[in-house]
Amino acid sequence: MNDSIAITTPLTDDVIGRLKPGDHVSISGVIYTARDAAHKRLIEMADRGEALPLELRGQIVYYVGPTPPRPGMVIGSAGPTTAMRLDPYTPRMLELGLKGIIGKGGRGPAVRQAIVAHHAVYFIAVGGTGALLNRHIKKAEVIAFEDLGTEAIRRLEVEGFPAIVVNDCRGGDLLEEGRRQYRTSARPVPAGQAAGG
Amino acid sequence: MREIPAPAIADAIAKLAVEATHFLPEDVEGAIRSARAGEKSPLAIQVIDEILENAAVARERMLPLCQDTGTAVVHVELGQDVHVAGGYVVDAINEGIRRGYAEGYLRKSIAARPFSARTNTGDNTPGVIHFEIVPGDELKLMFMPKGGGCENMSRYQNFLPGMGRKAVVDFVCETVDLAGGNPCPPLIIGVGIGGTAEKAMTIAKHALFRKVGSRNADPEVAELEDELIEAVNALGVGPQAVGGTTTALDVFVETHPTHITSLPVAVSMQCHSARTRQLVL
Repeated sequence: MNDSIAITTPLTDDVIGRLKPGDHVSISGVIYTARDAAHKRLIEMADRGEALPLELRGQIVYYVGPTPPRPGMVIGSAGPTTAMRLDPYTPRMLELGLKGIIGKGGRGPAVRQAIVAHHAVYFIAVGGTGALLNRHIKKAEVIAFEDLGTEAIRRLEVEGFPAIVVNDCRGGDLLEEGRRQYRTSARPVPAGQAAGG
Repeated sequence: MREIPAPAIADAIAKLAVEATHFLPEDVEGAIRSARAGEKSPLAIQVIDEILENAAVARERMLPLCQDTGTAVVHVELGQDVHVAGGYVVDAINEGIRRGYAEGYLRKSIAARPFSARTNTGDNTPGVIHFEIVPGDELKLMFMPKGGGCENMSRYQNFLPGMGRKAVVDFVCETVDLAGGNPCPPLIIGVGIGGTAEKAMTIAKHALFRKVGSRNADPEVAELEDELIEAVNALGVGPQAVGGTTTALDVFVETHPTHITSLPVAVSMQCHSARTRQLVL
């Protein structure tokens, strides 16, 4: 059993520098949700020189579109979505100061390079555990793009949110290393990833 | 001729939508537990433990197992001696989806215009509905809230007929390798071989309704299922692709006779949150 490393947001360069692929972390503090449409709008705003509705510097973005909360709950089921879909936007988000990302599945080569170049980190939360992850979200508030519904940008206050480091700031990749370690098949790993994540 | 009122179909679908999205089927949970016992990677075991704990929390707190409560895929087996009274059966099914997704606090994930405005329909309709006319006077509703992560990793290819069994095994393995963590392994994999392009994909998808651990009644096909499970689990992808010996919980193969020039192969993926629920009226 790996011990979990407690980290708080915003992320510092020092904390990012100590994380390595396969580390379990438990995240406390504020994180922001954003998916495809929100990324597109944020980058269009940045390109027009407009002020963004959130400060990205040092922050973590969580790729999630939650279910609606039942009465008395702050949020519904809230697990990660496929990160690959956000690959076209991620290098620009890192340029804007983003330091951490939580999603599921692997990232393409351009994103992995950008993570190293910007001294950032990519985590996965366990996909399909939205009910479990709900317990770690103490507060949720829509702060931008309310018209996007489940895809609006939300400010989440989290406590001990569990995640695993996949891509660290030195170019390591848990998914590549893990597959190599446990592969008994003689088949070579095909290049690239499936389209359409 | 037996009459089934359309509102009873709507009620049944609403109930299936809520139950399917909250309660992991026992056979799936059992298979995940067995996989844990055989898993070699400590990290993969931790991932599996979170998946099992999630199922318990979802049940106890009535939270959807996954925030992606899916496209509502409905397979209907309609007895030829049934008359649906008081409404069109498709409208009744969509009414049930509308109600189930509202009452169950489920996510509405359907974009009306796929290649343009992508405005959300707001109630998760329309469902993707398949009808099969069967003997008898019963109506069976099979519900699958199908998540986008695994659905988007579906794959189809036609091979040269002479390529045979090897083409199937290579294609399934390549599909799982390329998909990596996107479809949320450990997976249940439906493979449709034969027929035409749409037939192959339809039987691949329908196979995902089978109970984990069941084998095709045809011994040759059952043997191919066993070979595929072993081949896929040797890839090392593991739960959530962190590396491990559990990549698939099961592989189901369905076949259909095909044209002399064709060898259609379709792969339909199901995530570990393999949510299905059935009911007979």
